[in-house]
Amino acid sequence: MSLSSDEYKKMGEAAVPKTKCARNLTGAFVIGGGICVLGQFLLNFYQGLGLSTPLSSAACSITLIGISAVLTGFGIYDKIAKFGGGGTLVPITGFANAVVSPAMEFKTEGFVLGLGVKIFTIAGPVIVYGVLASVVYGFVLWILKII
Amino acid sequence: MAHKIGKQTIIIDGDVGIKSSAAVGSKKEGEGPLGKDFDIIDDDSRFGEKTWEKAESKMQELACWKALKKAEIEMADVDFIFAGDLLNQCIASAFSARGSKVPYLGLYGACSTFAEAVGLSAVFADSAAKNCLAVASSHFCSAERQYRFPLEYGGQRPPSAQWTATASGAAIVSKGEGAPFIKAVTFGTVEDLGINDQNNMGAAMAPAAAATLTQFFKDTYTDPADYDLILTGDLGYVGSNLLRELMERGGFPLGENYNDCGLMLYDREKQQVESGASGCGCSAAVLSGHVLPKMKNGVLKSVLAVSTGALMSPTSVQQGETIPGIAHLICFSSEKGGIF
Repeated sequence: MSLSSDEYKKMGEAAVPKTKCARNLTGAFVIGGGICVLGQFLLNFYQGLGLSTPLSSAACSITLIGISAVLTGFGIYDKIAKFGGGGTLVPITGFANAVVSPAMEFKTEGFVLGLGVKIFTIAGPVIVYGVLASVVYGFVLWILKII
Repeated sequence: MAHKIGKQTIIIDGDVGIKSSAAVGSKKEGEGPLGKDFDIIDDDSRFGEKTWEKAESKMQELACWKALKKAEIEMADVDFIFAGDLLNQCIASAFSARGSKVPYLGLYGACSTFAEAVGLSAVFADSAAKNCLAVASSHFCSAERQYRFPLEYGGQRPPSAQWTATASGAAIVSKGEGAPFIKAVTFGTVEDLGINDQNNMGAAMAPAAAATLTQFFKDTYTDPADYDLILTGDLGYVGSNLLRELMERGGFPLGENYNDCGLMLYDREKQQVESGASGCGCSAAVLSGHVLPKMKNGVLKSVLAVSTGALMSPTSVQQGETIPGIAHLICFSSEKGGIF
């Protein structure tokens, strides 16, 4: 049986059932949209309490992160994510889940070498390249100002 | 005495058989179509332990204890233990064997480990031992944290992904015992046809299963229709369809008598396991709990069990390496004497 790697890769791809696009997109739209609506509600709520717009934004983010962390702790967030997919990944709640879940998982290896080391396993690259991107952005802005 | 025929097949000509076997699983396995075939189901997937790794060890200990009990022998009557799992440095197996005081051989064949253990046990039982204990396990939670993401991380799984079984299977392989007898063993070669998606392990392993099966048929001058059941380990929906295609091309098409343990353990739709089950525990439990007892009862007379393994590590995947596969075959028969 002679079969090239390329031929087999094509066979392999053909054998995989299609992703259920309509279902996944609907899930992501409903859940992701729902999180954004909740965010807007919180923003208006904090503004109504008399907080300035920047402070209301911060308070809204903190609340969403808090809710996501608690739901992760109770084992609910991953169930919502299973249905919502990208809808739970993209908002700030996904980032909170990505930090809390490894912290819970690796607690068994101790607070220093387990939790402390592994807490940014998933979120780490986002932080590293986020900071790097802002440095580049700042540098470009500085050059443009000089010109 | 065990001897080699053809290119890769070892004939076991003494009456080496499975004295007893036992399967242990957790909640999801208990809820599956084979739930009733498990000897022990513990709904607590921690098995009363503090870590997932300890839970997996405990599961192996339970499987061994139950198999020994069914065989009505003590651990001291066992000459060698062949054991393996998916964890780094095979700790589930080594830790569960540390109280046994029996010579221990740790194996790593990824999800092919159970067939590797039974095969080596058969060769040993045919030459150097009376009783060998073959055991393998996998645990969804210990495997996820090692290979993929933390349990509570929210993500979706692609349709080709498989669900690591939380299960263990153990078998006592002995000389001069009753059916089912082990007639031949074909240890497989490492095959790689360039699949690098770790969410499609069925496709990565199918070429290895095809290579081992084809070599076995050539070595023994038999073909797929000669057996009641041909059972692969954990190719799942994607891999088993690919295997059919590969065997067809190779001139040994598989008929209605072909199935895959990964398709039997769970209800794929209801239990949402995408392509099916995987892990050492998958073929270990399906064989120990379902197939071997069926052979003992005489429902099945001749079975080819081919456990399949994907030999990658998280490091090799991150480095962009392709995934090599392996498959080991055990030929079981309920009849005494030579069949080849």
